[in-house]
Formats: sequence, structure tokens, C-alpha cells
Amino acid sequence: MARTSNLEGTTAPTDSKSWTLRLRQAIDRHLPMDHLLPDRQPYYVGSWVYVFGVVTIAALVWVVVSGIVLSFFGPQWWHDSRAGRFFNSLHFWSVQLFFIFMVLHLWGQYFMAGWRSGRAATWMIGVVIFAVSILTAFTGYLSQQNFDAQFIAINAKDAMNAAGIGAFFNVLNFGQMYGLHIMLLPIGVTILVVLHIVMVRTRGVVKPIDPEGGVRP
Amino acid sequence: MDTPTTYFHWGFILISMPNLLVIGGMVVLFAIALFAPFPHAEGADDGENK
Repeated sequence: MARTSNLEGTTAPTDSKSWTLRLRQAIDRHLPMDHLLPDRQPYYVGSWVYVFGVVTIAALVWVVVSGIVLSFFGPQWWHDSRAGRFFNSLHFWSVQLFFIFMVLHLWGQYFMAGWRSGRAATWMIGVVIFAVSILTAFTGYLSQQNFDAQFIAINAKDAMNAAGIGAFFNVLNFGQMYGLHIMLLPIGVTILVVLHIVMVRTRGVVKPIDPEGGVRP
Repeated sequence: MDTPTTYFHWGFILISMPNLLVIGGMVVLFAIALFAPFPHAEGADDGENK
């Protein structure tokens, strides 16, 4: 039986039933560290188009950090104090940048057909991130605790009821919308973004489309 | 502040000026990203992850 080094002074069979060993071997096979944290990139990555994705991630970091601060101090603070209004604005504008650069990243990947060569799942996870982000932003607008939030909620309730989900997704219920906005949906977006990045690093950046047809060497 | 913004209406398309400006700015930024020279790194590789 083939054996591989495990801990110092011990060995474990490669077909071990140990799930930790099998998981580690799978990670080593599919995602070695030089793919996860590369110090070299293909020549065709030398374009500003590839910067849109990382700017989106940077904006997401600001969204999460400013959101954590807002959740600590609450609506009274973010409406009445100068620091609160600053962090409220920081949260709002970083969301605007997040969406702007996510759409620019989407355009870039669409025109280079980023789903080629086994990257369909990466593309589809990106689509799901976009959808979940819209839902997160929507619950954020409903959680503002101002007249704008009330206006949106009053108008949106009819659409939710018409879709048959009004009983489960009550836009007039601040507690439900706020809970979804600061807990479930951000965790979903973050997990999906991490998965998206890991899949990009596993496969590498897609090669440019050859204008002559065929596959580039 | 309370004045409603300008809306543009062409056939079935109805869009506010702020939204049109944001979309126009995104198109301009995308075009700049396509054509602006990118500073090349020393360690540029010639292939993708194997």
C-alpha cells in the first residue's frame, strides 16, 4: 500500500479513511499555494480591465467595515451625530462603488467570455453574487430608518404580496429587514465572493479570445 | 434639494439625469480601461496556471 508522510515520525496510507488527510490532499492537488497567492501573472493580465474585480472586493471591504461600525451604534447615532452621518455616508458610497465596479467587472468578463475552459461555475457564482447583492442593497435601503425607507417599503409591499412572498419577506417589518441586511445576506455575499476568488485562482485567468480562431498557445 | 430631477424620455426609455450620468461615466471608465497603457510588472508570465 502506498504511504505518504503525515506528521513527523508517522505515516498514513494515501487511500486513508481520514477525511482530514483526504481533504488536505485534495486542496494540495487543486489549489496549491502558488496558485492561491501567485507572484507572477500571465502577460495578458496587463490591462486595467482586470483591476475592476479587485476594486469591487476593496469596496466590499469598506462596506463591511463601515456596516459593522453602524451596527454597533444604531439608527439614532447614524442620523444624529456627525461621526454617525460620516459612517452612514461611507457605507452608502462604498456600496455605490461596489455596484459600479461589479458591473464594470461583469462587462469585462462578458466581452472576454470569461466562462470558457471550465469556468462556467465561476461565472454562475458571479451571477448569484450579483443577485444576492441586489437583495442586500434592497434590505439596506429598507433599514435606513427614514422617510425614504418608509416610501420604498410601502411601495414594495404590493410587489412582494403579488409575488406571493409577502408573508415570508415583510418589507414593512424593520426587524426582519435589518436582520437579513446585517447578518444573513452579508454572510452569503462574503462566502460566495471567497468561493468566486478561490475558483478564479484555481483555474487562473481566462486566456484572451484568439482573433484568428482556435486556441492560443 | 426638493426639486425633482430632469428625466429623459425616448420612446419606452425613461431615465433620470443622475442615472444617465452614472451609466455614461461607467462606459467612459470602461473605454479608458481598455485603451490606457498598463504598467507592466517585471514578473509577467506567458501562460496561465497549469
